[in-house]
Amino acid sequence: MLINKWYKTFSEKDTFFLGKKIASHLKPGDAICLEGDLGTGKTVLTKGIAEGLGIKEPVTSPSFTIVNTYEGRTKLHHFDVYRIDDPEELYAIGWDEYFSDDAITVVEWGDKVLNIMPADTICIKITKDERNPDRRIINIERPNIK
Amino acid sequence: MNKKTVKILGIETSCDETSAAVVTDGRNVLSNIISSQIDLHSEYGGVVPEIASRRHVELILPVIDSALDKAGTDLNDIDGIAVTHGPGLVGALLVGVSAAKAIAAALNKPLISVHHIEGHIAANYIAHTDLEPPFVCLVVSGGHSHIVLVKDYLSFEILGRTRDDAAGEAFDKIARVLGLGYPGGPAIDKWAKDGDPRAVHFPRVKFQDNPYDFSFSGLKTAVINHINHLNQKGEDIPVADICASFQQAVIDVLVDYTISAAKEHKIEKICLAGGVASNSLLRETMSQKANENGMISLYPPPVLCTDNAAMIAASGYFSFLAGEFADYTLNAIPSLRIGSGHNGL
Repeated sequence: MLINKWYKTFSEKDTFFLGKKIASHLKPGDAICLEGDLGTGKTVLTKGIAEGLGIKEPVTSPSFTIVNTYEGRTKLHHFDVYRIDDPEELYAIGWDEYFSDDAITVVEWGDKVLNIMPADTICIKITKDERNPDRRIINIERPNIK
Repeated sequence: MNKKTVKILGIETSCDETSAAVVTDGRNVLSNIISSQIDLHSEYGGVVPEIASRRHVELILPVIDSALDKAGTDLNDIDGIAVTHGPGLVGALLVGVSAAKAIAAALNKPLISVHHIEGHIAANYIAHTDLEPPFVCLVVSGGHSHIVLVKDYLSFEILGRTRDDAAGEAFDKIARVLGLGYPGGPAIDKWAKDGDPRAVHFPRVKFQDNPYDFSFSGLKTAVINHINHLNQKGEDIPVADICASFQQAVIDVLVDYTISAAKEHKIEKICLAGGVASNSLLRETMSQKANENGMISLYPPPVLCTDNAAMIAASGYFSFLAGEFADYTLNAIPSLRIGSGHNGL
């Protein structure tokens, strides 16, 4: 399993393929909190997850619409809560309904709203390697399940 | 009864703006009321969905009244109601869709659903009253970057689109990193005028499988890396040069791919649409390159580039002529595809 491990990626392509690998371990109902600064590759990792779930259409940034939904082998809800300051704003667009047993939900900037994500959320944190702007360190953990 | 003109009430609430307009024959704007929420959002650095929806609810009826009033007309004199049903924020879209359905049902008038991007394209019919399809339209805004072949008033083919971030989104994010405020587009446009577009070479991405698709995510990362690098070395950030170089990288691909797409399809008319179509460098560069290639390029005035209901009424007029109406099951579809019907299929 990939949980409680960390990975190093050396390019955008690497990050994409890690996403694809993560997808093969996911099951319907899983929720992912994606943490990382602007430009670290959160959307790239999500694109990999989407491809791994058999989603054919292009996955684009949901910054504008807050959430995009894709149909694959499993349905994928892709959130970007960058602009959300108050969790109430998410309840107003039906937040709870997105975390259903038949879908996988990925939330970019999810660390901002982790307190209202499901208890067994998988946390993925992407950090830049200070010494090389193309390298990333990617931590995967599920804090509430030991 | 044969009426000489067709009067459409347009309603647009897909994102920031609550807007209503009255347009005759798809070309002549009698009123176009846009209740700008930009002041509210600038406090938050972006669109806030709950605030957007709540504000739409408060504003929708006064804005519609004001549009009718300014047009010197009333609901009984309207021939049809056109409303944006996607794409956009679901809570925001629902306000406009619900209002339009209520008015259509109460007055027994035709209800017309409009795709937001098809609306942006139709802004060109208002700005250029003799414009007819076919043409190629570059639609660029905070949420969209598309090269669309407009085959006919109601027939569209997407030739290229962004695979990650929209062009306007890249502007907003870079402006945020540089601390220039929201919306980012006009701020970067302004700063860029004092900068050197060749100061830093940022990447231009081209895909092998579709040469008209865009990618702005890598560019965004390259700009952020450049700024971080300067910060680490303790150097000053040359804001104007970075804005100019970044903007040049975006505009280069937008213009080049649009011109190439038009060439391939043997189209000699290019239109711009969407918020980024107000960008001065994009307008100048597109006009110049179109000229060099024996094409003409057209763009709407800034008020019709931003989200507005006049463009929705204009687009709705052509559906009205074709007898393409929606029924009362019409719903908001946040990720509506271009060229799909009112049920999103």
